[in-house]
Amino acid sequence: MIQIKNLSKVYQTGSTMLQVLKEVSLHIRPQEFVAIIGPSGSGKSTLMNMIGCLDTPTSGSVIIDNHSTSSLSEDELAEIRNSKIGFIFQSFNLLSKLNALENVELPLIYRGVNTNERRQKAVKFLTLVGLDDRMDHLPSQLSGGQQQRVAVARALAGEPPIILADEPTGALDSKSGKELISILHRLNELGHTIVLITHDLDIAKQAKRVVRIHDGMIVSDTKAGD
Amino acid sequence: MNFNQAVKLAIAGIKGNKMRSFLTMLGVIIGVSTVIILVSVGQGSTKQVTGQIESMGSNLISVSIRGRGGVSGLNYQEALKLGDRTGVSGAAPTISGNVTVKFGTKTVDTSLEGTNDKYATVRNQKTSSGRFLLPIDITYRQKVVLLGSEVSRELFGFGNPLNQEVKINGVKFKVIGILEEKGSSMGGSNDDKVLIPITTAMRLLANPQISSISIQAKTKEDVDTVVRQLEAALLRKFKDEDNYRVFNQAEMLSTVNQVTGTLTLMLGGIAGVSLLVGGIGIMNIMLVSVTERTREIGIRKAIGAKRRDIMRQFLVEAVVVSSIGGILGILIGFLGSKGLGSLLKISTVISPQVVLLAFGFSVLVGVFFGWFPANKAARLKPIDALRFE
Ligand SMILES: Nc1ncnc2c1ncn2[C@@H]1O[C@H](COP(=O)(O)OP(=O)(O)OP(=O)(O)O)[C@@H](O)[C@H]1O
Ligand SMILES: [Mg+2]
Repeated sequence: MIQIKNLSKVYQTGSTMLQVLKEVSLHIRPQEFVAIIGPSGSGKSTLMNMIGCLDTPTSGSVIIDNHSTSSLSEDELAEIRNSKIGFIFQSFNLLSKLNALENVELPLIYRGVNTNERRQKAVKFLTLVGLDDRMDHLPSQLSGGQQQRVAVARALAGEPPIILADEPTGALDSKSGKELISILHRLNELGHTIVLITHDLDIAKQAKRVVRIHDGMIVSDTKAGD
Repeated sequence: MNFNQAVKLAIAGIKGNKMRSFLTMLGVIIGVSTVIILVSVGQGSTKQVTGQIESMGSNLISVSIRGRGGVSGLNYQEALKLGDRTGVSGAAPTISGNVTVKFGTKTVDTSLEGTNDKYATVRNQKTSSGRFLLPIDITYRQKVVLLGSEVSRELFGFGNPLNQEVKINGVKFKVIGILEEKGSSMGGSNDDKVLIPITTAMRLLANPQISSISIQAKTKEDVDTVVRQLEAALLRKFKDEDNYRVFNQAEMLSTVNQVTGTLTLMLGGIAGVSLLVGGIGIMNIMLVSVTERTREIGIRKAIGAKRRDIMRQFLVEAVVVSSIGGILGILIGFLGSKGLGSLLKISTVISPQVVLLAFGFSVLVGVFFGWFPANKAARLKPIDALRFE
């Protein structure tokens, strides 16, 4: 599903070069639930952005569902993001002027799905995350936990095989956090591949596989039951 | 994302920031409305002036003779002979002077023109009631008079002047007709005058010299030839070009058209500059908007918006803003030109071409000045846009 080979990322700020990822290789199979942990600044988000085709590697390759991302044009990458990947961000990243329903419809708009089908799907996924009674609320009229569930519904709207979540519980209280994690597990059972960045070791422990990153390198990769 | 959705999105964006959108539009509104107002004033006055010139008669050539001391002028027969040539359909020699017209207790000082029956066609002078001069009036030096509409109003009010007797410089004249109103032109009112047979006028004014001759050429093409012949004949007679002048109506028209055309173009150009300034306003606001919405762009890109989707979103927004501005500008321009017209008592002409041009230009301004910001937004890297604070 996701194949990363010798991935490096170097940031240049002024005259100093900062290598954030050092020859990282990682293979994630369909329907895995992978938790990525590591200290702050170790390069977790950088790796995630690379998997999500939001950023381009300095060297090495990322292959998503048999598509080598380095050979794709920007529009093709946009299509991958639209059809293969659902993002859940720490800061929700909802569009503040659109209500819950419209936010969830967004990926389908860019896919060119017609209005009826779009609405139907958006309602379905908002119901799935338990927000069928908040569909016409603006993000500012929702609690943090509810906003993040809208973001989950949006990530799901395009029915992507891969869900990427970068510290999705970071801005939530522990109860909402737990609910969110259980939603992710349910999605995993439904067949989505989940990659989850977290600082919470308890959450990480529930994952089938835990990848530990330190200083831009993978220092351990353990599967549940190992 | 299709075009409809882009328009909906743009309208939502405009509604989301009403005050700013309005201020952005203001530049275009002012630009378009001033283009329409100024050009309509320019075209209106052109039409008015050319209308006046044309109302003097078609294919008209005016010869004016300035009697210089010592030099003998033209008498009536000579004047008729001057106009008697191929290419000429009629000649109306005129003698003029100032007179006092009296009816009952009312007196009016006005100008008098003595002329012949040809004057009606040559100068395109109709009567609103009664009849015009006839050849017989000229031959028998009839004491008959046609009153200009202003003179008639002053002497008779709403009464019927026909067949009444008025006194011109103390001599009795019978009113046979009222001249149709012509309005005022650059030379003053055309309705403040009286017409009598030229032969009668010579006696009344004790002056047999013709002061001007109005000559009508048969066709437009004849005008130049006739003018040349007249000039040659006049030079032979008067020896000095200062003693006469030949006006050619067509030439006058083209001069006027040229002047007012340039004026209109200049006014339009000045207004066009304000439209340009409006466009720069759009660009400015769009750039601010792109910066402000960088995160939104990042989010949209993260969930699959392509470059062209973002491009379209911002470009359509710019064009929608400028088009709404254009439409409002047209409405205001329309009202403004009507208002200005009635306020300053000038005629204004709004031509559809100018409206279309102004609207087209405002849309173009939107595309042109929206392009750069839209492109800037579309080119943002998704991760950079997402990280933007
Ligand atoms: N655009 C950038 N330019 C320069 N350096 C960057 C940039 N983005 C990230 N970095 C650096 O890369 C390193 C890794 O950042 P990254 O966001 O991947 O860390 P992280 O593991 O996600 O940390 P956290 O747990 O705090 O989110 C950091 O040291 C950061 O300073
Ligand atoms: Mg991070």
